[in-house]
Amino acid sequence: MSHGELANPELVGVEVVEDSGDLSRSDVILKGALAAGAVYGTFMVGPYVRKALAMSGGSDVDILNFALTLEYLESSFYDEAKTRAKASGELKGLIGLLAKDEQEHVEALTATIKSLGGKPVAEPKFNFDYSDTAGFLKLAQTFEDTGVSAYNGAGPMIKSKEVLAAAGSIVQVEARHAAAIRLQNKEEPSPDAFDSPLDEAQVLKAVEPFIA
Amino acid sequence: MPESNDSEQAQAPAQSAVARAVKDPVSRRKFMALTGGSAAAAAFLAACGSDSDTTTMTSAKPAGGDETAQFGKGDIGILNYALTLEYLETAFYADVVKSGLFKGADLATIKKFGEEEAEHVSALTAAVKQLGGKPAPQPKTEFPLESAKSVLELAGTVENLGAAAYLGQAGNIKSPEVLASALAIHSVEGRHAAALNTLLGMSITPDGAFAKPATAKEVLKSVEPFIVS
Repeated sequence: MSHGELANPELVGVEVVEDSGDLSRSDVILKGALAAGAVYGTFMVGPYVRKALAMSGGSDVDILNFALTLEYLESSFYDEAKTRAKASGELKGLIGLLAKDEQEHVEALTATIKSLGGKPVAEPKFNFDYSDTAGFLKLAQTFEDTGVSAYNGAGPMIKSKEVLAAAGSIVQVEARHAAAIRLQNKEEPSPDAFDSPLDEAQVLKAVEPFIA
Repeated sequence: MPESNDSEQAQAPAQSAVARAVKDPVSRRKFMALTGGSAAAAAFLAACGSDSDTTTMTSAKPAGGDETAQFGKGDIGILNYALTLEYLETAFYADVVKSGLFKGADLATIKKFGEEEAEHVSALTAAVKQLGGKPAPQPKTEFPLESAKSVLELAGTVENLGAAAYLGQAGNIKSPEVLASALAIHSVEGRHAAALNTLLGMSITPDGAFAKPATAKEVLKSVEPFIVS
């Protein structure tokens, strides 16, 4: 199995012990990749599929560490926002809920990486640039929508069914967060019928400005 | 679960991960919540025990993959199962729009959600054909449309169920292309569910930080009352 190219410097030093590929999914992905040209062009949802499979094919630990970095970002962002976003009422409650959910995602991903024999990536230092509630909400929408697309992009590359189930469980919660934040911004909760995936490089580009 | 030490951890990372989770008060709460019924989230703990041996996971894995076999073999069956649900959602929103129970912003939201479900129907139909299968027929449906409140509640129920249905199938899908498509739809169902829960004054994440899957058996039983033929 090939290791993914890790564009994020935070992830480069990670010592990864490969999970012994047990499931047929890895074979299927390989076959799928070989058949790629033949299949994707004609699939109705082709554009989503192509982008999802453009994700570099790292191990499940690589993917989980990538997700962990995003969860660190969200967790840190909402934790800080409890005071910094100057929110009140319903939004204040929402921020508390999101902070709690993201923290639980961090803990679950960390535990899963360790149990697969991998080393969880260190928490980066973040630097969020906003000065008021509106600025907070705008960033929150970017992070949640990006999070959804990141998980959707990574999903098909996950080899273990159990890790996939866990990632699916998290991405649905991210989508729910995204919808709630969008409603706060008076925007469509689901702007498109399909949440298009982003590949690793696209996600990193989106979040890099906030990693100090 | 016995207390773990370093040598045990080295030998049995699986057990010690669970042991750590149970020891730690925060993780413990989560562990209890998970064992309370969240199969997908429990998969996290199951994954903790995972190496090459998948047999330990069978109890945590959402069961009922075979229920989709009535719609076709393998991925075709799963896609047709999803198509049936999307037909149902599309018909529901169309009926709600016609009912005249909603106006203004709420009506616009309902129309938008209905349009998105119709796009899911088109995409799934095309995907089934692409795989050489025969798309499931549109079921005849009937929904109780009594008041705006009861309709919103039903919409919330249907969307939360739909999101759980996709989540329940993710691990059963063989083709990465089909999985990518299902994921692109799954999160949209999650968005719909959260928006409706917000309108209803309910929690946007009723399952907590980890959404729960539903088996095809559970889902089909829940929607049975709305399918006339």
